[in-house]
Amino acid sequence: MIEIRFHGRGGQGAVVASTILAEASFLEGKEVSAFPFFGVERRGAPVTAYTRIADTKIRNKSGIYAPDYVIVMDPSLLDAVNIAEGLKPGGLILVNTKKSPIQLRKDLGLEDDRKLATVPATDIAIKHRLGSSAAPIVNSSVLGAFAKASGVVGIESLIQSVKKNVPIKIEENAAAAREAYDSVVIH
Amino acid sequence: MKMVMTGNYASAYGAKVCRAEVISAYPITPQTSVVEKIASLVSSGEMKAQFVNVESEHSAMAALISASMTGARTYTATSSHGLLLMHELLIWAAGARTPIVMSNICRANGPPWSVWADHHDAMAQRDTGWMQVFCEGNQEVLDSIIMSYKLAERPDIRLPSMINEDAFILSHTVEPVDVPDMELVDEFLPSYNPRFKLDVDEPYGFGSLVMPDMYMEFRYKINEAMEAARQGWRDVEKDFEKTFGRNHGGLVEFYNCEDADAVLLIMGSVASTAKDVVDKLCSEGKKVGMARLRVYRPFPVEEIRKLAGMTNIIGICDHSYTFGHWGPMAQEVRGALYGIADQPVMKNYIIGLGGKDMTPEILEKIFLKTLALKDGADQEIEWIGVKGLGGW
Repeated sequence: MIEIRFHGRGGQGAVVASTILAEASFLEGKEVSAFPFFGVERRGAPVTAYTRIADTKIRNKSGIYAPDYVIVMDPSLLDAVNIAEGLKPGGLILVNTKKSPIQLRKDLGLEDDRKLATVPATDIAIKHRLGSSAAPIVNSSVLGAFAKASGVVGIESLIQSVKKNVPIKIEENAAAAREAYDSVVIH
Repeated sequence: MKMVMTGNYASAYGAKVCRAEVISAYPITPQTSVVEKIASLVSSGEMKAQFVNVESEHSAMAALISASMTGARTYTATSSHGLLLMHELLIWAAGARTPIVMSNICRANGPPWSVWADHHDAMAQRDTGWMQVFCEGNQEVLDSIIMSYKLAERPDIRLPSMINEDAFILSHTVEPVDVPDMELVDEFLPSYNPRFKLDVDEPYGFGSLVMPDMYMEFRYKINEAMEAARQGWRDVEKDFEKTFGRNHGGLVEFYNCEDADAVLLIMGSVASTAKDVVDKLCSEGKKVGMARLRVYRPFPVEEIRKLAGMTNIIGICDHSYTFGHWGPMAQEVRGALYGIADQPVMKNYIIGLGGKDMTPEILEKIFLKTLALKDGADQEIEWIGVKGLGGW
């Protein structure tokens, strides 16, 4: 079983991202579940969402406390929440940031075998006109980067799921996912 | 077709494939996406139904009672305080023998305010005359709607049915769900044609005053129907399996209970997590099982007695509490087992109120505590996870 935690801000699409990822894996024949943690939802507040992917039926309905992967959709969350909390040894954190993974590792003080990946998803989303430049919708870009950095899901299934789940700008979202797939940096 | 969807969308699709004709609902967290989805299915023409907007849950139920009395198939969904506001009309719906089907997204009651799961809202409706089903997954949420109409509309039953779905844990969690073809559902579930209905061309009076010489007779008949529904659920599930190729375990699902040293009895989605824990403990050589009470009304007395024959210790895990005396399931189980030979050791656990997460680790601790009760329960009741109590 693979467990993934998403950190986003209300309105950024973290909950939708957790579903898109689940459905992409479902298209590859996996068993999946995805769920948000609902606090007091409001635009801009920190939000977490989760995805489980497995080969056999997923019966565990409780929360995820020791994820294999963490996805951070907004760089400002690095100061607001402990993004590495519970992350398994050898796990990977993917962050939407312009910084290099090496710089980010220094900033976070992460000195173990857990891997870091970065992608400038905000720039990619703005370039493909997803959301506004003040509030870009980064979920398709972040997921494209995640497909490459994790290898958990193939880019073609991911794009198929993106196309099915985004309400508008379907081709732009698909293109953003592909560009992010090609531009993610892992360390 | 198999799709990835939330429990709330599974509810909406359940109403759709059953061709519910009148929907009336008032939004409340976490039920909202059920009615949003139905509203969008109706407005796009995918679902041929009348969607009646109302100003409260009380009015939603009143609208459905009237619609059901004209012979329409009706559906609504609510949660928590919405269900509590409906209480008066729930009793009316059962008394009027209207086979309304409703999804209740089980959510804690306030204050203190909470939007998360427990069963207190549903348990407070125990005596309304509604059948009550508790689901462990989204497929069961959808399938139970189909089964509910089939049973509720049977001429000798004619009782409303409430399908209980845990807040967020099912309502907002996506899982693969097989949405059956409507043609297959049509085959299983014929249209609803009551013998007596509200009809301007053939007027009858309904629900009027009866004198004391007849009231008790009407109450007796409701109970007669509820008693018949016990076998009814078993039969409907068998038929359902023949048509759709799956079942959800009958009134009580037994998971590894035969010859178990200890069994936890659970309702709702926590039972699903507990199956993983049973497998883990069994692989370590511990003989534990899990029984899932799926149908709460009518109460499955025979299945509970059968469970008592399978194991020596039963830990009864209530997701709610009746202030002043045990959890509701513990009361019913102890009542059902009163006077039988070789009564098992029983202990009541109060779990997961207001969304307190029931992790595999916590469930494992409860299993191990229960296994240790060979010589009798250490206490009648234990609240699990309350700060400062019992080392949690």
